[in-house]
Amino acid sequence: MSDEKRDISRRQFLNYTLTGVGGFMAAGLLISPVRMAIDPVLKSGEGGDFANVGLEVSEITSDPQRVDWTVDQVDGWYESEVNQTAWVYRNDDDEIVAFSPVCKHLGCFVSWEGNDDYPEEYFCPCHNGRYYKNGVNVPGTPPLQPLDVYEQEERDGMLFLGNIRPHEEA
Amino acid sequence: MLQKIYDWIDDRIDITPIWRDIADHEVPEHVNPAHHFSAFVYCFGGLTFFVVVIQILSGMFLTMYYVPDIENAWQSVYYLQTEVAHAQIVRGMHHWGASVVVVMLLLHTLRVFFQGAYKKPRELNWMVGVLIFFVILGLGFTGYLLPWDNKAYFATQVGLEIAEQVPFIGEALKTLLAGDATIVGAQTLTRFFAIHVFFLPGALFALLAIHFILIRRQGISGPL
Repeated sequence: MSDEKRDISRRQFLNYTLTGVGGFMAAGLLISPVRMAIDPVLKSGEGGDFANVGLEVSEITSDPQRVDWTVDQVDGWYESEVNQTAWVYRNDDDEIVAFSPVCKHLGCFVSWEGNDDYPEEYFCPCHNGRYYKNGVNVPGTPPLQPLDVYEQEERDGMLFLGNIRPHEEA
Repeated sequence: MLQKIYDWIDDRIDITPIWRDIADHEVPEHVNPAHHFSAFVYCFGGLTFFVVVIQILSGMFLTMYYVPDIENAWQSVYYLQTEVAHAQIVRGMHHWGASVVVVMLLLHTLRVFFQGAYKKPRELNWMVGVLIFFVILGLGFTGYLLPWDNKAYFATQVGLEIAEQVPFIGEALKTLLAGDATIVGAQTLTRFFAIHVFFLPGALFALLAIHFILIRRQGISGPL
Protein backbone atom coordinates (compact mmCIF):
# COMPACT_ATOMS: atom_id res chain seq x y z
CA MET A 1 0.00 0.00 0.00
CA SER A 2 1.69 3.17 -1.19
CA ASP A 3 0.67 6.09 0.93
CA GLU A 4 2.03 8.68 -1.45
CA LYS A 5 -0.62 8.01 -4.07
CA ARG A 6 -3.43 8.48 -1.63
CA ASP A 7 -4.23 12.21 -1.91
CA ILE A 8 -7.28 11.87 0.28
CA SER A 9 -7.23 10.26 3.66
CA ARG A 10 -9.87 7.95 5.05
CA ARG A 11 -10.75 10.61 7.60
CA GLN A 12 -11.11 13.32 4.97
CA PHE A 13 -13.23 11.08 2.79
CA LEU A 14 -15.58 10.39 5.68
CA ASN A 15 -15.70 14.08 6.53
CA TYR A 16 -16.64 15.04 3.00
CA THR A 17 -19.21 12.28 2.72
CA LEU A 18 -20.88 13.10 5.99
CA THR A 19 -20.89 16.83 5.24
CA GLY A 20 -22.39 16.14 1.84
CA VAL A 21 -25.05 13.83 3.17
CA GLY A 22 -25.80 16.24 5.99
CA GLY A 23 -26.07 19.08 3.52
CA PHE A 24 -28.53 17.14 1.38
CA MET A 25 -30.59 16.27 4.42
CA ALA A 26 -30.65 19.88 5.62
CA ALA A 27 -31.58 21.10 2.14
CA GLY A 28 -34.28 18.45 1.80
CA LEU A 29 -35.66 19.48 5.14
CA LEU A 30 -35.57 23.21 4.44
CA ILE A 31 -36.63 23.47 0.82
CA SER A 32 -40.36 23.07 1.35
CA PRO A 33 -40.69 25.34 4.39
CA VAL A 34 -38.68 28.09 2.69
CA ARG A 35 -40.65 27.81 -0.54
CA MET A 36 -43.82 27.94 1.50
CA ALA A 37 -42.71 31.08 3.30
CA ILE A 38 -41.79 32.99 0.15
CA ASP A 39 -44.81 31.86 -1.84
CA PRO A 40 -46.59 35.25 -1.70
CA VAL A 41 -43.56 36.91 -3.30
CA LEU A 42 -43.40 34.43 -6.17
CA LYS A 43 -47.12 34.19 -6.81
CA SER A 44 -47.88 36.04 -10.01
CA GLY A 45 -50.13 39.00 -9.47
CA GLU A 46 -53.58 38.15 -10.76
CA GLY A 47 -53.32 41.16 -13.03
CA GLY A 48 -55.71 44.07 -13.11
CA ASP A 49 -59.23 42.87 -12.80
CA PHE A 50 -61.37 45.67 -14.14
CA ALA A 51 -64.61 46.43 -12.37
CA ASN A 52 -67.70 48.19 -13.64
CA VAL A 53 -68.03 51.34 -11.57
CA GLY A 54 -71.56 52.03 -12.75
CA LEU A 55 -70.85 55.19 -14.66
CA GLU A 56 -71.62 55.71 -18.31
CA VAL A 57 -68.69 57.12 -20.22
CA SER A 58 -70.97 59.66 -21.84
CA GLU A 59 -71.74 61.09 -18.42
CA ILE A 60 -68.10 61.93 -17.73
CA THR A 61 -67.51 65.65 -18.09
CA SER A 62 -64.60 67.96 -17.51
CA ASP A 63 -65.91 68.38 -13.98
CA PRO A 64 -64.44 65.69 -11.68
CA GLN A 65 -67.14 63.53 -10.18
CA ARG A 66 -66.90 60.98 -7.44
CA VAL A 67 -67.68 57.34 -8.17
CA ASP A 68 -68.01 54.61 -5.56
CA TRP A 69 -68.08 50.92 -6.32
CA THR A 70 -67.18 47.63 -4.68
CA VAL A 71 -64.70 44.99 -5.72
CA ASP A 72 -64.47 41.39 -4.58
CA GLN A 73 -61.19 41.14 -2.74
CA VAL A 74 -59.58 37.77 -2.25
CA ASP A 75 -57.12 37.67 0.62
CA GLY A 76 -55.90 34.08 0.71
CA TRP A 77 -58.84 32.15 2.16
CA TYR A 78 -60.77 35.29 3.03
CA GLU A 79 -63.06 36.87 0.47
CA SER A 80 -64.72 40.19 1.05
CA GLU A 81 -66.23 43.15 -0.70
CA VAL A 82 -64.18 46.30 -0.52
CA ASN A 83 -65.41 49.80 -1.21
CA GLN A 84 -63.45 51.85 -3.70
CA THR A 85 -63.65 55.48 -4.67
CA ALA A 86 -62.32 57.49 -7.58
CA TRP A 87 -62.54 61.02 -8.93
CA VAL A 88 -63.27 60.80 -12.67
CA TYR A 89 -63.13 63.55 -15.28
CA ARG A 90 -62.28 64.23 -18.88
CA ASN A 91 -59.03 66.15 -19.31
CA ASP A 92 -58.18 68.78 -21.92
CA ASP A 93 -57.08 66.09 -24.40
CA ASP A 94 -60.53 64.48 -24.04
CA GLU A 95 -59.04 61.51 -22.18
CA ILE A 96 -60.80 59.97 -19.21
CA VAL A 97 -58.75 60.14 -16.03
CA ALA A 98 -59.67 58.48 -12.73
CA PHE A 99 -57.74 59.59 -9.66
CA SER A 100 -57.35 57.63 -6.47
CA PRO A 101 -58.65 59.81 -3.64
CA VAL A 102 -55.83 58.77 -1.32
CA CYS A 103 -53.69 61.78 -0.44
CA LYS A 104 -50.00 61.21 -1.19
CA HIS A 105 -49.07 62.93 2.05
CA LEU A 106 -50.44 60.67 4.78
CA GLY A 107 -53.25 58.78 3.09
CA CYS A 108 -56.41 60.72 3.93
CA PHE A 109 -59.21 61.13 1.37
CA VAL A 110 -59.09 64.17 -0.89
CA SER A 111 -62.20 65.81 -2.33
CA TRP A 112 -62.68 67.91 -5.43
CA GLU A 113 -63.26 71.48 -4.29
CA GLY A 114 -63.29 70.16 -0.74
CA ASN A 115 -62.54 73.63 0.56
CA ASP A 116 -64.30 76.81 -0.54
CA ASP A 117 -61.03 78.73 -0.35
CA TYR A 118 -59.47 76.58 -3.07
CA PRO A 119 -61.83 76.26 -6.04
CA GLU A 120 -60.81 74.06 -8.97
CA GLU A 121 -58.49 72.03 -6.75
CA TYR A 122 -58.51 68.75 -4.82
CA PHE A 123 -58.31 69.38 -1.11
CA CYS A 124 -57.21 67.12 1.72
CA PRO A 125 -58.71 68.13 5.08
CA CYS A 126 -55.99 66.56 7.22
CA HIS A 127 -53.09 68.90 6.53
CA ASN A 128 -54.48 71.19 3.81
CA GLY A 129 -52.84 69.24 1.01
CA ARG A 130 -53.95 70.42 -2.43
CA TYR A 131 -53.80 69.14 -6.01
CA TYR A 132 -54.54 70.83 -9.30
CA LYS A 133 -57.28 69.50 -11.52
CA ASN A 134 -54.75 67.32 -13.38
CA GLY A 135 -53.84 65.61 -10.13
CA VAL A 136 -50.49 67.29 -9.71
CA ASN A 137 -49.73 68.38 -6.17
CA VAL A 138 -49.70 72.12 -5.48
CA PRO A 139 -46.13 73.08 -4.57
CA GLY A 140 -45.77 74.23 -1.00
CA THR A 141 -48.55 72.00 0.31
CA PRO A 142 -47.74 68.77 2.20
CA PRO A 143 -48.08 66.15 -0.57
CA LEU A 144 -44.91 65.55 -2.57
CA GLN A 145 -46.38 63.50 -5.44
CA PRO A 146 -49.39 63.72 -7.74
CA LEU A 147 -52.49 61.65 -7.04
CA ASP A 148 -52.32 58.03 -8.20
CA VAL A 149 -54.48 57.08 -11.19
CA TYR A 150 -56.65 54.04 -11.85
CA GLU A 151 -56.10 52.01 -14.97
CA GLN A 152 -59.29 52.44 -16.93
CA GLU A 153 -61.07 51.18 -19.98
CA GLU A 154 -64.42 51.48 -21.66
CA ARG A 155 -66.71 48.50 -22.24
CA ASP A 156 -70.14 48.87 -23.79
CA GLY A 157 -70.20 52.54 -22.93
CA MET A 158 -69.51 51.91 -19.25
CA LEU A 159 -66.40 52.92 -17.33
CA PHE A 160 -64.29 50.08 -15.92
CA LEU A 161 -61.51 50.79 -13.45
CA GLY A 162 -58.62 48.51 -12.51
CA ASN A 163 -55.37 48.77 -10.61
CA ILE A 164 -53.93 51.91 -9.07
CA ARG A 165 -50.64 53.10 -10.47
CA PRO A 166 -48.50 56.20 -10.01
CA HIS A 167 -49.29 59.36 -11.95
CA GLU A 168 -47.21 59.55 -15.12
CA GLU A 169 -46.59 63.27 -15.16
CA ALA A 170 -44.65 62.99 -11.92
CA MET B 1 -36.02 15.01 50.99
CA LEU B 2 -34.90 17.58 48.42
CA GLN B 3 -31.30 16.90 49.38
CA LYS B 4 -31.92 13.20 48.83
CA ILE B 5 -33.37 13.82 45.39
CA TYR B 6 -30.42 16.05 44.56
CA ASP B 7 -27.95 13.47 45.80
CA TRP B 8 -29.69 10.71 43.88
CA ILE B 9 -29.36 12.69 40.64
CA ASP B 10 -25.87 13.98 41.42
CA ASP B 11 -24.77 10.42 42.14
CA ARG B 12 -25.67 9.38 38.64
CA ILE B 13 -24.87 12.35 36.43
CA ASP B 14 -22.58 14.53 38.56
CA ILE B 15 -24.45 17.80 38.16
CA THR B 16 -22.55 19.77 40.79
CA PRO B 17 -19.81 20.95 38.42
CA ILE B 18 -22.41 21.95 35.82
CA TRP B 19 -24.25 23.94 38.42
CA ARG B 20 -20.96 25.51 39.57
CA ASP B 21 -20.13 26.56 36.03
CA ILE B 22 -23.48 28.22 35.52
CA ALA B 23 -24.15 29.94 38.82
CA ASP B 24 -21.02 30.06 40.94
CA HIS B 25 -18.82 32.88 39.75
CA GLU B 26 -17.26 35.95 41.24
CA VAL B 27 -18.91 39.33 40.85
CA PRO B 28 -16.12 41.93 40.77
CA GLU B 29 -16.38 44.75 43.28
CA HIS B 30 -16.71 47.47 40.63
CA VAL B 31 -19.94 45.99 39.26
CA ASN B 32 -21.53 45.38 42.65
CA PRO B 33 -23.94 48.15 43.69
CA ALA B 34 -23.42 47.12 47.33
CA HIS B 35 -19.87 48.48 47.07
CA HIS B 36 -20.37 51.42 44.74
CA PHE B 37 -23.94 52.51 44.28
CA SER B 38 -23.14 53.91 40.84
CA ALA B 39 -22.54 50.33 39.74
CA PHE B 40 -26.32 50.03 39.33
CA VAL B 41 -25.69 50.81 35.66
CA TYR B 42 -24.40 47.24 35.36
CA CYS B 43 -27.89 45.98 36.16
CA PHE B 44 -29.53 47.10 32.94
CA GLY B 45 -28.51 44.07 30.91
CA GLY B 46 -29.83 41.73 33.58
CA LEU B 47 -32.99 43.79 33.89
CA THR B 48 -33.51 43.56 30.14
CA PHE B 49 -33.27 39.80 30.38
CA PHE B 50 -35.60 39.78 33.36
CA VAL B 51 -38.27 41.68 31.44
CA VAL B 52 -37.74 39.42 28.42
CA VAL B 53 -38.51 36.45 30.68
CA ILE B 54 -41.69 38.22 31.79
CA GLN B 55 -42.60 38.77 28.14
CA ILE B 56 -42.12 35.10 27.33
CA LEU B 57 -44.18 33.91 30.29
CA SER B 58 -47.02 36.40 29.85
CA GLY B 59 -47.03 35.77 26.09
CA MET B 60 -47.32 32.03 26.59
CA PHE B 61 -50.43 32.54 28.65
CA LEU B 62 -51.94 35.06 26.24
CA THR B 63 -51.87 32.48 23.45
CA MET B 64 -54.30 30.37 25.49
CA TYR B 65 -57.00 32.84 24.46
CA TYR B 66 -55.69 34.68 21.41
CA VAL B 67 -56.52 33.55 17.85
CA PRO B 68 -54.61 34.99 14.87
CA ASP B 69 -57.66 35.26 12.63
CA ILE B 70 -59.05 38.54 11.34
CA GLU B 71 -62.63 37.63 12.26
CA ASN B 72 -61.79 36.69 15.83
CA ALA B 73 -58.50 38.28 16.83
CA TRP B 74 -59.95 41.48 18.21
CA GLN B 75 -62.84 39.60 19.80
CA SER B 76 -60.48 37.20 21.53
CA VAL B 77 -58.42 40.05 22.95
CA TYR B 78 -61.59 41.85 24.03
CA TYR B 79 -62.84 38.68 25.65
CA LEU B 80 -59.69 38.09 27.65
CA GLN B 81 -59.55 41.75 28.64
CA THR B 82 -63.11 41.82 29.92
CA GLU B 83 -64.18 38.30 30.82
CA VAL B 84 -61.12 36.35 31.93
CA ALA B 85 -60.00 36.80 35.53
CA HIS B 86 -56.53 38.41 35.76
CA ALA B 87 -56.05 38.30 31.98
CA GLN B 88 -56.07 42.08 31.95
CA ILE B 89 -53.06 41.98 34.23
CA VAL B 90 -51.22 39.45 32.10
CA ARG B 91 -51.91 41.39 28.91
CA GLY B 92 -50.92 44.56 30.74
CA MET B 93 -47.60 42.98 31.65
CA HIS B 94 -47.04 41.99 28.03
CA HIS B 95 -48.15 45.36 26.69
CA TRP B 96 -46.10 47.56 29.01
CA GLY B 97 -43.26 45.10 29.23
CA ALA B 98 -42.75 45.45 25.50
CA SER B 99 -41.85 49.11 26.02
CA VAL B 100 -39.84 48.43 29.15
CA VAL B 101 -37.67 45.91 27.29
CA VAL B 102 -36.76 48.53 24.71
CA VAL B 103 -36.02 51.14 27.38
CA MET B 104 -33.83 48.75 29.38
CA LEU B 105 -32.11 47.61 26.23
CA LEU B 106 -31.28 51.20 25.33
CA LEU B 107 -29.97 51.95 28.84
CA HIS B 108 -27.83 48.80 28.69
CA THR B 109 -26.54 49.84 25.27
CA LEU B 110 -25.74 53.35 26.52
CA ARG B 111 -23.82 51.95 29.49
CA VAL B 112 -21.77 49.66 27.28
CA PHE B 113 -21.19 52.49 24.82
CA PHE B 114 -20.11 55.19 27.26
CA GLN B 115 -17.93 52.83 29.27
CA GLY B 116 -16.30 51.66 26.07
CA ALA B 117 -17.02 48.10 27.14
CA TYR B 118 -17.59 47.12 23.50
CA LYS B 119 -13.89 47.54 22.68
CA LYS B 120 -11.51 44.72 21.93
CA PRO B 121 -11.89 41.88 22.77
CA ARG B 122 -15.65 42.36 23.16
CA GLU B 123 -16.57 43.60 19.68
CA LEU B 124 -18.29 40.33 18.81
CA ASN B 125 -20.58 40.59 21.77
CA TRP B 126 -21.48 44.13 20.78
CA MET B 127 -22.48 42.85 17.34
CA VAL B 128 -24.57 40.08 18.85
CA GLY B 129 -26.16 42.73 21.07
CA VAL B 130 -27.07 44.84 18.06
CA LEU B 131 -28.73 41.79 16.49
CA ILE B 132 -30.67 41.24 19.72
CA PHE B 133 -31.76 44.87 19.52
CA PHE B 134 -33.14 44.32 16.00
CA VAL B 135 -34.91 41.13 17.05
CA ILE B 136 -36.54 42.96 19.97
CA LEU B 137 -37.69 45.75 17.66
CA GLY B 138 -39.05 43.08 15.30
CA LEU B 139 -40.95 41.51 18.17
CA GLY B 140 -42.41 44.90 19.03
CA PHE B 141 -43.41 45.55 15.42
CA THR B 142 -45.04 42.17 14.83
CA GLY B 143 -46.72 42.11 18.23
CA TYR B 144 -48.29 45.50 17.64
CA LEU B 145 -50.52 44.13 14.86
CA LEU B 146 -51.92 41.21 16.80
CA PRO B 147 -54.80 42.96 18.65
CA TRP B 148 -56.12 43.79 15.16
CA ASP B 149 -57.62 47.15 16.06
CA ASN B 150 -57.35 50.35 14.06
CA LYS B 151 -54.12 51.48 15.65
CA ALA B 152 -52.53 48.10 15.02
CA TYR B 153 -53.72 47.97 11.43
CA PHE B 154 -52.50 51.40 10.41
CA ALA B 155 -49.24 51.15 12.33
CA THR B 156 -48.52 47.99 10.34
CA GLN B 157 -49.57 49.72 7.14
CA VAL B 158 -46.98 52.42 7.83
CA GLY B 159 -44.35 49.90 8.89
CA LEU B 160 -44.82 47.90 5.70
CA GLU B 161 -44.53 51.04 3.61
CA ILE B 162 -41.25 51.80 5.36
CA ALA B 163 -40.03 48.30 4.48
CA GLU B 164 -41.10 48.98 0.89
CA GLN B 165 -38.61 51.86 0.70
CA VAL B 166 -35.65 49.49 0.87
CA PRO B 167 -33.80 49.77 -2.47
CA PHE B 168 -34.35 46.98 -5.02
CA ILE B 169 -35.88 44.36 -2.69
CA GLY B 170 -38.38 46.68 -0.99
CA GLU B 171 -41.51 45.42 -2.72
CA ALA B 172 -40.58 41.76 -2.34
CA LEU B 173 -39.74 42.41 1.31
CA LYS B 174 -43.12 44.00 1.91
CA THR B 175 -44.91 41.09 0.25
CA LEU B 176 -42.84 38.62 2.22
CA LEU B 177 -43.80 40.33 5.48
CA ALA B 178 -47.45 40.98 4.65
CA GLY B 179 -48.21 37.76 2.75
CA ASP B 180 -49.85 39.80 -0.01
CA ALA B 181 -48.65 42.52 -2.34
CA THR B 182 -51.40 45.00 -1.55
CA ILE B 183 -53.64 43.72 1.24
CA VAL B 184 -52.92 43.94 4.94
CA GLY B 185 -55.26 41.18 5.96
CA ALA B 186 -55.78 37.57 6.92
CA GLN B 187 -52.41 36.40 5.66
CA THR B 188 -50.60 39.33 7.26
CA LEU B 189 -52.03 38.52 10.66
CA THR B 190 -51.08 34.84 10.56
CA ARG B 191 -47.61 35.71 9.32
CA PHE B 192 -47.02 38.32 11.99
CA PHE B 193 -48.29 35.89 14.60
CA ALA B 194 -45.92 33.16 13.44
CA ILE B 195 -43.00 35.58 13.32
CA HIS B 196 -43.87 37.05 16.71
CA VAL B 197 -44.42 33.78 18.52
CA PHE B 198 -42.00 31.34 16.87
CA PHE B 199 -39.40 32.79 14.53
CA LEU B 200 -38.16 35.82 16.43
CA PRO B 201 -38.23 34.19 19.88
CA GLY B 202 -36.20 31.32 18.40
CA ALA B 203 -33.65 33.78 17.05
CA LEU B 204 -33.72 35.67 20.34
CA PHE B 205 -32.93 32.57 22.41
CA ALA B 206 -30.01 31.66 20.18
CA LEU B 207 -28.59 35.18 20.29
CA LEU B 208 -29.07 35.50 24.05
CA ALA B 209 -27.25 32.20 24.55
CA ILE B 210 -24.31 33.49 22.52
CA HIS B 211 -24.44 36.82 24.36
CA PHE B 212 -24.24 35.17 27.78
CA ILE B 213 -21.68 32.54 26.82
CA LEU B 214 -19.43 35.29 25.52
CA ILE B 215 -19.79 37.24 28.75
CA ARG B 216 -18.81 34.20 30.79
CA ARG B 217 -15.92 33.49 28.50
CA GLN B 218 -14.54 37.02 28.44
CA GLY B 219 -15.61 38.21 31.86
CA ILE B 220 -17.00 41.64 32.70
CA SER B 221 -14.91 44.54 31.45
CA GLY B 222 -12.68 46.16 34.07
CA PRO B 223 -13.40 49.34 36.05
CA LEU B 224 -13.09 52.69 34.30
